[in-house]
Amino acid sequence: MNITLRLAWRNLWRHSRRTWLTLGAMAFSNILLVFMISLQFGMYGMMIDNTLRVMTGHLQVQAEGYKDEHKMRQTVPDIAELAASLRRDLELERVAPRALAFALASSSDRTYGLQIAGVDPARESLVSSIPGLVRTGNYLAAGDAAEIVIGSVLARNLRVGTGDEVTLLGSGLDGSFAAAVVTVSGIFETGVVELDRGLAEVPLGFFQDVFFMEGAGHQVVIAARDLDEAALLTERTRELVADNPGLVVHDWDALQPGLRQAIKADMSSAFFMYGILVILVAFSVLNTQLMSVLERTREFGIVMALGISPGRLGRLVLLETALMGFMGFVGGAVLGALVTGWFAANGFSYPGMDELTANFNLPSRVYPPVAFLPTVIGPLVVYFFSMVSALYPALRLNWLQPVEAMRAA
Amino acid sequence: MTKQLQIVWTLAWRNLWRNHRRTLIMIAAVSVGVWAMIFMTALMRGMVNDMIRSGVENLPGHVQVHHPGFRDDPSVNNLIPATDTELAARLADRGFRAWSTRINVPAVITSERESRGVTLYGVDPARDRDVTFVADSIAAGRYLESIDDDGLVLGRKLLENLDTDLGKRVVLMSQDPDNDIADRGFRIVGVFEAELDNVEETMIFGGKRTIQQMLRIGDRVTEVAVVGPDYRDVEPLRRELARILDDDVEVLPWTELNTYLGTMLRVMDGFVLVWTVVIFLALSFGLVNTLVMAVFERVREIGLMLALGMRPVSILAQVMLESLLLLAIGLAVGTSLAWATIVPLEAGIDISIVGEGLEMFGASSVLYPELLLADVLLADAVVLILGILASLSPAWRASRYRPVEAITKV
Amino acid sequence: MTAVKCIDLCKTYRQGEQEIKALDHVDLDVERGGFVCLSAPSGGGKTTLLNAIGGLDIPDSGQVWIAGTRIDNMSKSELARLRLTQIGFVFQAYNLIPVLTAKENVEFVMQVQGVPARDRAKLALEILDEVGLAGLGGRRPAEMSGGQQQRVAVARALVSRPALVLADEPTANLDSHSADGLMELFVELNRNHQTTFVIATHDQRVMAYAKRLIKMLDGRIVGDIRQHEH
Repeated sequence: MNITLRLAWRNLWRHSRRTWLTLGAMAFSNILLVFMISLQFGMYGMMIDNTLRVMTGHLQVQAEGYKDEHKMRQTVPDIAELAASLRRDLELERVAPRALAFALASSSDRTYGLQIAGVDPARESLVSSIPGLVRTGNYLAAGDAAEIVIGSVLARNLRVGTGDEVTLLGSGLDGSFAAAVVTVSGIFETGVVELDRGLAEVPLGFFQDVFFMEGAGHQVVIAARDLDEAALLTERTRELVADNPGLVVHDWDALQPGLRQAIKADMSSAFFMYGILVILVAFSVLNTQLMSVLERTREFGIVMALGISPGRLGRLVLLETALMGFMGFVGGAVLGALVTGWFAANGFSYPGMDELTANFNLPSRVYPPVAFLPTVIGPLVVYFFSMVSALYPALRLNWLQPVEAMRAA
Repeated sequence: MTKQLQIVWTLAWRNLWRNHRRTLIMIAAVSVGVWAMIFMTALMRGMVNDMIRSGVENLPGHVQVHHPGFRDDPSVNNLIPATDTELAARLADRGFRAWSTRINVPAVITSERESRGVTLYGVDPARDRDVTFVADSIAAGRYLESIDDDGLVLGRKLLENLDTDLGKRVVLMSQDPDNDIADRGFRIVGVFEAELDNVEETMIFGGKRTIQQMLRIGDRVTEVAVVGPDYRDVEPLRRELARILDDDVEVLPWTELNTYLGTMLRVMDGFVLVWTVVIFLALSFGLVNTLVMAVFERVREIGLMLALGMRPVSILAQVMLESLLLLAIGLAVGTSLAWATIVPLEAGIDISIVGEGLEMFGASSVLYPELLLADVLLADAVVLILGILASLSPAWRASRYRPVEAITKV
Repeated sequence: MTAVKCIDLCKTYRQGEQEIKALDHVDLDVERGGFVCLSAPSGGGKTTLLNAIGGLDIPDSGQVWIAGTRIDNMSKSELARLRLTQIGFVFQAYNLIPVLTAKENVEFVMQVQGVPARDRAKLALEILDEVGLAGLGGRRPAEMSGGQQQRVAVARALVSRPALVLADEPTANLDSHSADGLMELFVELNRNHQTTFVIATHDQRVMAYAKRLIKMLDGRIVGDIRQHEH
């Protein structure tokens, strides 16, 4: 068996308390890293998914300029036909057209301004979670009836319930006066105050009549199963609308730039914290290995007198660090996975979290998933930097003179 | 006794430097840890402060007074009677930094081409200056000049969305107490800019009396906003206000009006503490290691000292003192480093590449770190207290050595 | 053939203000199979001379030749190679790696030399046997007496059959019984394998075993006596 390996292992345990304390530092940091990284990964995925599923979808076809200016007249012509043809060519059902406008809604007591969305009642549920969040009454029936679904806060503000009538007033595509009376068929509750207070949906056909759209709309919304499929669909859709000069395809990142940036901002502060933890562990390892080398000066001197090169001794020190680091890596990853797993089953929350997370479409209790990459990556970086910090003590040996070393106390 | 203390002190200090490499590495580690504690805290505080400041400015005010039914039903039917003269009499000389009354209703604004839902604010420009930001952020045109001003001030983004411009006419539509449409034409007289797009797109300002007339609400207002000296401490302000005003109004601090921000402030304090403790725990392994090794190397010496008559408690004191000296140096270096790195950045760190993401948090895209003495003291206290706890075990063990065993140990 | 040849070696140390001449124009020839004791009071220069011969320390001036090769101008790695293969060292104390057993201490050097695993084990056991430690291969240094530890050191020094063995006060920490045992072992190896021994010591008992006794004082050779043959 390899003597050097045996030697390295036994050297670690000459001062077992010291080695255990260093392993403790590694384990502590690793557990924290695994938990935090798993939490982050899990939350980011959910954040994106939840936000997009409400209404945005994973990609949209719009008129050029609409995304930034939201002007009524920036329309997608013949939107229902476009949606149908995209459905055919992408071989996907999750394609739905929409038109949007601002209007005043009046009940018998109150008047409020809101955004009206004209949707395809049969297909909207494929790209948005709102139809599924109707708590009272029903979502819009298929067809072009004069119906409306409104948010719970709006319903309260307007003092209306299902079956009541609401008058809509706004201006149409050509600037003329647009008005209609609709019946509330259902009331939805998303938990997002802006939507519950300021959004209402009517059937697309009805919308197009009331606002004189002449078959046009503003968005064709497409939902994907996951972000990978979203990327593929975006590319394909771009090809398909390439010969319509006025139309562009926006992916979710362009539609919700805040999402990716919020994640980036959160990640950069997280990286700072992780970095500090890694550095502190590296210091611990540096100290331990340096001490371990210094106290063996005489022994090293003798071994070098026997003809063993300083390079070989340096490799021995690195091997010791690698063994210790490996234990810290495996131990930390396993313990970290266990801790994360416990929270995956029981959920993680802290006082005040529900307020903060609601802002990002996240639930108030988070269940961090246990996955390979987030579990392994933190401990791996710690391992790497532990090895780097051991370079100093190892390289120092090159300057060791056997004679002086043997004279050392 | 003091003689022993002096020796203990001298021994502790010199022993610290016996193995100067080890000590220096440990000091470096503590410094980095302390720096990180303080730096990170300053960054977070800066961000939260910023969020809260703009949030409070948009509310506005540290404390608001409004009709008890207003929060549930924020409509024009839930107003409070409040003439400025009356209020002035009651609120004068109470140490409130500023106060203002305003109307605040949802409305729809229509230009030639587009219409948008907005929140309409009827304000008293003279008073409002001290309560909100708008007067200082006019980018074009002018701010409102009086409560009778019949012009409108909008955000730049809204101007663009409406496809209109300074000097043009727009129509405002809202609801009066009888649920009839209240509408009126206005000319755009000023354009303001704000850090958050959301603010520019949804807030518009008009003269209070003009708006009151448009809405046919006489001299009633939606809210009274009061600003005190420190947004962190609004409870005294609230109590005072509740005392001097009538019973049929609701007096609420901003932490309840914007629970997101209120929670954020509380959570931030907790987070700072947790972060500080975590860093220290990571350091503590190395600290205990260092002490244990230092004591182990000196077993014989300690035995000698005990044999010569030094008391065990002096040994304990010596080891603890060594540890505290090390930590104190690390604290000093780390704190100075933190101060040195934060002060130049206080002018602002530009992070506009994640600007829109920060809007989701409600923060602006320039980060102003804030170094609070309280945070520095917290870091120092945590390090010292936990440091003492961590050093207890090795120090205790050292003081328990028996002279004979210790001296003959190889 | 000469095993060791030193020509006009000089080495000076500085200790504070003082200059100490550890080697002061030393000339020495040791033939192959020689058994030489270097004797001097403490600080007389014997350790310095030994270190110079073994390539552990470079003299300020002069030449050192080992088995016909000049070594005082070799690079550090060449010297290391020399010590690994041609020269065996036995020191006064702390010769062994405390966390390895006797057998492993012997095997360690062989592994560095590149000896395959199976041969290593066999050779280690053989050499331990030769130095009288059969059966004790599994013990760690802390579990052995001073004499036994030194024997392990000798075994390690000899396992690669070096031509030259240098020992620096090998009996200093031993009781007289163990010291005799160690010296007899040296003599036997010198007789059986023609290994050249150069031993630095100030122990009279050790000097009695020398075939040739060289006395040093203040860095100079002051006496060179041929005593007896083994």
